[in-house]
Amino acid sequence: MQELINRAKELLADGTVARVLGYKAGDLPYNPEPAYFESAEELKDFVYNGFCGANLSKYMIEASKLEGKTMVFLKPCDTYSFNQLLKEHRVDRDKAYIVGVGCKGKLDIEKVKKQGIKGIQSIKGADITDDAQILTIQTIYGEKTCSYGDAMLERCHVCKGKEHRIFDEQIGESKETKDAERFAEVERIEAMSPEEKFAYFRSELSKCIRCNACRNACPACSCRKCVFDSNKFDSSQKANVDSFEEKMFHIIRAFHVAGRCTDCGECSRVCPQGIPLHLFNRKFIKDIDELYGEYQAGADTDSTAPLTDYTFEDAEPSIVGKRG
Amino acid sequence: MSLENKEFKPKIVAFCCNWCSYAGADLAGSSRLTYPADVKIIRVPCSCRVNPMFILRAFEKGADGVIMCGCHPGDCHYSTGNYYARRRMTLLFSMLDYIGVENGRTRVEWVSAAEGVKFSETMNSFVEKIYSLGENVRLGDLRCKS
Amino acid sequence: MYKIAKENLSALFQLIAETRELYLPVKTAGQTNFAAWSKDAEVDLDTLKTVKSAKDAFFPQSEGLYTVKKEGKKMSIEPERLKEQEFVVFGMKACDVRGMEVLDNVFLSEPVDTFYEARRAHGTIVAMACHEPEETCFCKVFGVDAASPASDVAVWNVGEALYWKAQSEKGEALTEAVKELLTEADEDGAAAVEAEKDAIHKIVEKLPYMSLSLEGWNGDALSEKFDSPVWEELYKPCLACGTCTFVCPTCQCYDIKDYTAGNTVSRYRCWDSCMYSDFTMMAHGNNRTSQMQRFRQRFMHKLVYYPANNDGMYSCTGCGRCVEKCPSALNIVKVVKAFQNQGGEK
Repeated sequence: MQELINRAKELLADGTVARVLGYKAGDLPYNPEPAYFESAEELKDFVYNGFCGANLSKYMIEASKLEGKTMVFLKPCDTYSFNQLLKEHRVDRDKAYIVGVGCKGKLDIEKVKKQGIKGIQSIKGADITDDAQILTIQTIYGEKTCSYGDAMLERCHVCKGKEHRIFDEQIGESKETKDAERFAEVERIEAMSPEEKFAYFRSELSKCIRCNACRNACPACSCRKCVFDSNKFDSSQKANVDSFEEKMFHIIRAFHVAGRCTDCGECSRVCPQGIPLHLFNRKFIKDIDELYGEYQAGADTDSTAPLTDYTFEDAEPSIVGKRG
Repeated sequence: MSLENKEFKPKIVAFCCNWCSYAGADLAGSSRLTYPADVKIIRVPCSCRVNPMFILRAFEKGADGVIMCGCHPGDCHYSTGNYYARRRMTLLFSMLDYIGVENGRTRVEWVSAAEGVKFSETMNSFVEKIYSLGENVRLGDLRCKS
Repeated sequence: MYKIAKENLSALFQLIAETRELYLPVKTAGQTNFAAWSKDAEVDLDTLKTVKSAKDAFFPQSEGLYTVKKEGKKMSIEPERLKEQEFVVFGMKACDVRGMEVLDNVFLSEPVDTFYEARRAHGTIVAMACHEPEETCFCKVFGVDAASPASDVAVWNVGEALYWKAQSEKGEALTEAVKELLTEADEDGAAAVEAEKDAIHKIVEKLPYMSLSLEGWNGDALSEKFDSPVWEELYKPCLACGTCTFVCPTCQCYDIKDYTAGNTVSRYRCWDSCMYSDFTMMAHGNNRTSQMQRFRQRFMHKLVYYPANNDGMYSCTGCGRCVEKCPSALNIVKVVKAFQNQGGEK
């Protein structure tokens, strides 16, 4: 972490960047918030640890509108989002100085709490220089331990790889965290009967409170005015008054980002109700891979997206019923 | 066509492109070919105009089945519209299948202006399918049912 | 005071449900929220905080107001009926109960909200003392006692039993209705409850947010707080989602909307969030045009405007849900602290 701070100080001092976009220490051991730093003095609050899970590429949309360069710390998966935004002309490459930070997997405090650990006072083992094996947690109710892997976000278990897709320099080591198949859960659902599928999504989506956290945290959801916010259109619903609306919202949102979603997992991370929203996006990704050839959004900045492309031989929609 | 289920009158929405399928429907009409009155046609400039939201809206407002018809691939009035539509609908239908909406409720058929017979046959078979599936209860808004 | 063994709880719920509607924390797909009780529902009284607060039971996320029907050339308007059925909300916490007091001040003062009033009249609140408060809790800062909820019935969770104490007329009535399952608590029981209260108070003292000072936050601080440059820095991580407002026990803003379904139009209201760009949208446009203004609105309302109109009562209960759920780890505690620090530096 000190390395990141030192580098930030250097670049601020020599005027390469006007500000630094990173994380500020929170008031609990696990709640650092994304923040801008404009001076060496402000950097005293800088922090970068396992709980810095937010995808800062999303913030670069706003940062690109500011005067001067912004130094930003991106983990490998964030760089996919940055590439995708670059392709869509939503961020400015010249306004960004990208430090690719090594990643040993990001932590989900909800997963720690699900293990019955509460009254958390301090957490050891979450720093990026730690070996990411075990978390030692001091709580009001005594000391607890938790394996790092068990506390990791879902997305880290199916990590796309620790290679930064775009960067100006790299700092820090990474550690392989992939220990599950990316599409396993999607396949599990596909194998269900229509009744089971319906019941599964009904139960998950009935929790949706339409807070729009998934949309607002999503780097692919970068529309200035969302169709679900437009008061000139009856799609603007603030509550799921009927069970139809939760499906409408999530299907359309997933569809709008289909072919552009890098599978960064922010939607699932931020959902206050723990809805596995990535299962929608991943279904589209899986279908695209199977039907139109493997495609990873954000892997590059010049390929044609699957939904703005076609071939004469594309599968007919009737294939949906024919596949197993 | 078997119509044992007399109670159930399905509502079926057919999005037809202006240049081929709508003309195909016209031809079916002028050729006196029959298709069930349960099918309500909505004319769109091109199959590519059909936004996934249109399909969901149709279901919301009470449709039991939605079918989209356009020019045959390669024959699009705008050259390539239906190629894009094909990908979109494939993904959307796959998603609907994924969340447990019966797959038979959605269909895409390519119907040219000369295929009055195909239009009539397509609609007949689609309506029959919807009859066999029964009322759409998984993707509608209850407020529209009363 | 009465006592009921934990193993008899399902019998208790069944008995209550025979004469009244019953809402309690139910786990659905891994998350616990207040929901109607049924035999198959997975009741979860161990989770300290439901994701959404219990305000849904009195002020639902969406509720119908009236329906306009068209039949031929005739139009008819059917108002939504007010709540007439008695109901019980079981398992609220002291902070949620305070949340109801905050909502009462808004909805029960002139002009009275009849929908809310009816629900309040027919609802009985059974609240549980917080067995093991968590690090995100700061109810004591707002004068809420986690060990003694100010509800119709207060319940303490001690060992294998729950201790039950009616604290109002409605509470007495409910106690009467379920008396067959309750046994009179003896002196040991009373002592156990006192010990539990003490234990809770001791834990509360250890919580990290206990030292939070609200000094300077009151109705008189309006201009000083409103014009502060601190907001410009604070709001930046905010993604403008509505999570904080929707999980909050005291957020009370709503929007009124129409839904057209062919021959009927239903008018309903649903929660709105001051974080949304179309919040309080009017014909001329919007009052608050930047996210900074929207962000400021939320906290000014909780800590300045509301106390100014309600004898100094804050419209935050310290439940800590926003602390847990904000995607950007922002929350009301950070706001209060940011102002404190700024005061210190000057």
